[in-house]
Amino acid sequence: MFAEETLRQVREGKKEWEKEVEKVIMQNPERKGGFSTVSDMEIKIIYTPEDIKDLDFARDIGYPGIFPFTRGCQPTMYRGREWTFRMFSGMGSAEDTNKRWHLLLKEGETGLSTAFDFPTLMGYDTDSPRARGECGKCGVAIDTLRDFEILTDRIPFDKITTSMTINPPASILWAMYLAAAEKAGISWDKIGGTIQNDMLKEFIAQKTLMLPLEPSIRLISDTIEFGTKYVPKWNTISISGYHIREAGSTAIQELAFTLADGIAYVQDVIERKKLDVDSFAPRFSFFFNSHLDFFEEVAKFRAARRMWAKIMRDRFKAKDPRSWWMRFHTQTAGCSLVAQQPYNNVVRTAIEALAAVLGGTQSLHTNSLDETLALPSEFAATTALRTQQIIADEIGVTNTIDPLAGSYFVESLTNQMEEKAWEYINKIDDMGGMPAAIEQGFPQMEIANAAYHYQQQIDKGEKVAIGVNKYSAGEQVYPPLLQIPEELEEEQIARTNEVKRIRDNRQVIQTLSDLRTASKTDKNLMPYVIEAVKEYATEQEICDTWRDVFGEYHESVIHL
Amino acid sequence: MSSERKIRILVAKPGLDGHDRGVKIVARAYRDAGFEVIYTGLHQTPEQIVNAALQEDVDLIGLSCLSGAHMYLLPRVVELLKENKAEDIIVIVGGIIPKEDIPKLKKMGIKEIFLPGSSLSEIINWTRANMKPRHA
Repeated sequence: MFAEETLRQVREGKKEWEKEVEKVIMQNPERKGGFSTVSDMEIKIIYTPEDIKDLDFARDIGYPGIFPFTRGCQPTMYRGREWTFRMFSGMGSAEDTNKRWHLLLKEGETGLSTAFDFPTLMGYDTDSPRARGECGKCGVAIDTLRDFEILTDRIPFDKITTSMTINPPASILWAMYLAAAEKAGISWDKIGGTIQNDMLKEFIAQKTLMLPLEPSIRLISDTIEFGTKYVPKWNTISISGYHIREAGSTAIQELAFTLADGIAYVQDVIERKKLDVDSFAPRFSFFFNSHLDFFEEVAKFRAARRMWAKIMRDRFKAKDPRSWWMRFHTQTAGCSLVAQQPYNNVVRTAIEALAAVLGGTQSLHTNSLDETLALPSEFAATTALRTQQIIADEIGVTNTIDPLAGSYFVESLTNQMEEKAWEYINKIDDMGGMPAAIEQGFPQMEIANAAYHYQQQIDKGEKVAIGVNKYSAGEQVYPPLLQIPEELEEEQIARTNEVKRIRDNRQVIQTLSDLRTASKTDKNLMPYVIEAVKEYATEQEICDTWRDVFGEYHESVIHL
Repeated sequence: MSSERKIRILVAKPGLDGHDRGVKIVARAYRDAGFEVIYTGLHQTPEQIVNAALQEDVDLIGLSCLSGAHMYLLPRVVELLKENKAEDIIVIVGGIIPKEDIPKLKKMGIKEIFLPGSSLSEIINWTRANMKPRHA
């Protein structure tokens, strides 16, 4: 990037400056012994051309929309189209959530994103003894297609894309979406959206668990194959670093483990389904966290795109540039928000959202200020949406693409993130790939160690959380919080009982029996799931069929 | 060797929520502070938690709950301890508990509640100050 003469001048100038620094430090030492990112990566006092002297513009930076995609995955980025304002929301009943969706759409949201309650996430109906007390608490309760039809009432399937954060029962909720769209007269080739459908990160971090590793991965490859053939605009997986980070990982671990998960999924589809990589890889999508350390996050996003492009082109020999590009959704870091002085969370979220935008995200959720206390109120969710809209419309950051490129610091940090992430990926390859690494508890242990280390730093005041371990005095002002009524549970159970009464139970038994038989073969299970869902089989009836065939997964070794 | 029995703590995560970052950190901090710690793992029903507490003969149960299901899950643990004549096992909670639910939970028998932002030393110090082994 630089002529030898320039670098010589840089080095000479640095010597001069270092003398000055020495003098200053003698009188006024630096505020602390070392400076590091949120992830504890040490940061130097200054970065110069010397730090990026080996950088090659064409090879490492280049242009957006062109390999290696460091600067973004589309040629015109936000000048062509803004990122999707996609607010993760779901609470209480299907009616409650549908109402919130329409409110957010009215306020300028441009994509939907569904939060399900824990019983739905884990494959239990509301009337399961395991589900007691949980109905609607952390998201919307869905037992049958009936609930789903209410959830998507007056949602234009062909005009808006919907993301669903759902993992073990991803194929079931997707089948409900497909069935609901069909009923609304919209064909599958016209609908777009995303199912998270990433079980590896569940075993690693978020722990919504149901089946053992092998059948979990099989179900994912089934959905990828089905989408490739019949729902061409659907993102059949959203490979997620978000939850890895929330569980306490560093930025590098988030990056490395997510890419290693991606490698495992591509590998499985190629081997199990014998599909050509370019037939399915363009519909892979990703999901990252945007944490508080602004430059670390921007560097992570840039490194992620560059690494995935190399993985797809060089490792998997993909030929279609759309297989090389990494499209990703971002959510600001829930774990960075604090319960104390909650209005300050608006500021944290704004800065994290800005990092996501300067990192080139395709879609963004901004957390609400009250999320450490409850599900978002209407006021808090709207404020969070406005935060994105201010970034998009008021502050000028969408005028040009990848404005931080060329910064000595940002480029150097991008390289460093990539280098350290490859070390992890190589290690995981040596262990036999991510599923094997998970069985050995490797990523789980790395994350638990990082989380404990961070908490100790907070306790010692080495890392700062304003309102918690610094500037914590003063009266707390709390916003009004959303509450989910306990009575909802009974109402939901009554609705599902009514569905069970009026559906054709012979048909339900038949479709479940067909699913059971097919599950024991290597047939693609999506068509069977769709048939069962259309007959109003409940989510748990389908999941219990699988639990019976495949067994249940329980964490055996727990890494403290 | 000290003849005094160490305080035994069961750290548990009731319900379907799998967010175990906090619970694992607390379990580790207890262990590093010299307590005997048993961690139940995830997705435990109140029945499983109480069974484990009785089997392991613990003095204290620390429950982590972030999901909003606390008004069912937490009192149910206390209730089951009573049914098993083990009400002398102290129950404390860490997690997301709205202000107005705190007095209700305390009335139901939850001894202490640590909210988001609580430091590990607060939790350890409370335990040292308030706990002694149920029997030597």
